[in-house]
Amino acid sequence: MKILVCISNVPDTTTKIKFSEGDSSIDTTGVQWVINPWDELSLTRALELKDDPSSGIKSVTVAHVGPVSSEPTIRKALAIGADDAIRVNAGAADAYFVAAQLAELVKKEQFDIIMCGIESSDHNGSEVGAMIAEFLNIPSVSAVSGITPENGIPVITREIDGGREKVTVPAPFVIIVQKGIAKEPRIASMRGIMTARTKPIKVVEPVAGESLTQIISLEKPAPRSACKFIDADNPAQLIELLKNEAKVI
Amino acid sequence: MSVLVFTENWDGKFKKLTYELVSWASEVAKMINGTVTALSIGSVAEGELEKLGNYGAGKVLTVETPALNTLDSQAYAALLSEVVLKEKASVVILSNNNMGKAVAPRLSVRLKAGICSGVSKLPLSTDPFTVYKRAYSGNAFSRVVIKSDIKIVTLAQNSFGIIENPVNVTVEKANVAVDNSLVHTQVKDVEKQSGKILLTDADIVVSGGRGMKSPDNWTPLLELAEALGAATACSRPVSDEGWRPHEEHTGQTGKIISPNLYLAVGISGATQHLAGVSASKYIVAVNTDKDAPIFEAAQYGIVGDAMKILPQLAEAVKHIK
Repeated sequence: MKILVCISNVPDTTTKIKFSEGDSSIDTTGVQWVINPWDELSLTRALELKDDPSSGIKSVTVAHVGPVSSEPTIRKALAIGADDAIRVNAGAADAYFVAAQLAELVKKEQFDIIMCGIESSDHNGSEVGAMIAEFLNIPSVSAVSGITPENGIPVITREIDGGREKVTVPAPFVIIVQKGIAKEPRIASMRGIMTARTKPIKVVEPVAGESLTQIISLEKPAPRSACKFIDADNPAQLIELLKNEAKVI
Repeated sequence: MSVLVFTENWDGKFKKLTYELVSWASEVAKMINGTVTALSIGSVAEGELEKLGNYGAGKVLTVETPALNTLDSQAYAALLSEVVLKEKASVVILSNNNMGKAVAPRLSVRLKAGICSGVSKLPLSTDPFTVYKRAYSGNAFSRVVIKSDIKIVTLAQNSFGIIENPVNVTVEKANVAVDNSLVHTQVKDVEKQSGKILLTDADIVVSGGRGMKSPDNWTPLLELAEALGAATACSRPVSDEGWRPHEEHTGQTGKIISPNLYLAVGISGATQHLAGVSASKYIVAVNTDKDAPIFEAAQYGIVGDAMKILPQLAEAVKHIK
């Protein structure tokens, strides 16, 4: 079986993002780019599965839709351990466009398990994974916190209201992964970094696709009011303020 | 033209978010001179369906079939798209929770309808259809235009509020077929924690961080939560250490929540944690370090020892209730 891990290239989550009011994208000067945190966990789990002979996973490929400038991030995924990578040479116009591109790759290369992070930390969309599945008319499972082979069949753990359940779906399928899928992101070893240099990144041109949405501008969140401090000797005052001033209890 | 609401229930009752979705839908319906139709999947208690009329739903469609007892996003999206087309809905609203995230993107592809997730306000305009959503994990908001004829929106929980707007409501069975051949999800095992308040649907959340020092110190926090009728949460280090279950982890890589009141105890307030809670209406912090970044995000704060303060807070809550 072959796994495809879809990755986004996002600003490091500790970066203070900068933009001018009304801009439609951020100022990328000085931004550190990283693999989207959930995609990194998803890649980690994919590699763990490949390490487990009972999983039947033979290869882990990463895919990314983006310009050549995102190749350092793809290279990081290869250094962590992905076997190879595919970059669709196009700007990520919107989730619909990106999902159409990735669905095309799955169709061509016949992947069995497609893994996507629950959202990217930039647009917080949470859309691409399930869209790929619908383009291909195959099952998708969301809010996935685990995938483990049991008697050769991948059993998926997903979060549901007030608990979790273990489910199976026939392959090929898409899982949209979240917290719990892997403990810690795997870190590239020195050897991994060296071998990543020679691993292939296949570049493919996009298929015709459209975008259905467009970001027209970014705004800064309204500043929060300054914190009102309550004397530690009189905590009851906090409860009174929450009841009578904030009116939330 | 109509606005279609994808409702959700829990334990036989509509979730609070359902009333918020209907409220949003009826305000949007006013903007486009349309009506509100709500789709209810599964069984709810007697009288629940009619309640949707209190918030502006003129029509409630019901679907009850064992095939949909398990969430299968493919089958759900197929059913919903059929209802959208039958009802000639031009706007579809779902919650931006696990359910919405599973179903809405599939619906988008099925209908070739643009989607915007995590919207927190009414549309800024309906032509072009422009919505406002959280981006960069709370560090920005973006204005997004949905260009297609049918628009799909998922609403950030607790961002809009519930507005009463009573209308006459009719309840009928949705005249749609459920395609059983699309149901591929087989459940092998379910683990439910019953009787608890859902963290993602809670009005009040009490959350503990590493500043709680030991898992043995949680009792006063749980007692305060119980007095407030609150759900409990924790920061990432706490769940990583195994002090609290992973389900409680709130933050960028954990659950993203937006209660009316988020009470952070012994949580320093790293960017990654705030990304998961910054949409809360009020953030209250209790921390020994007066320079902790959590106080920059909080509206109320106490600098002091949680072990001394928590029992007094619980006592004060019992006093006013």
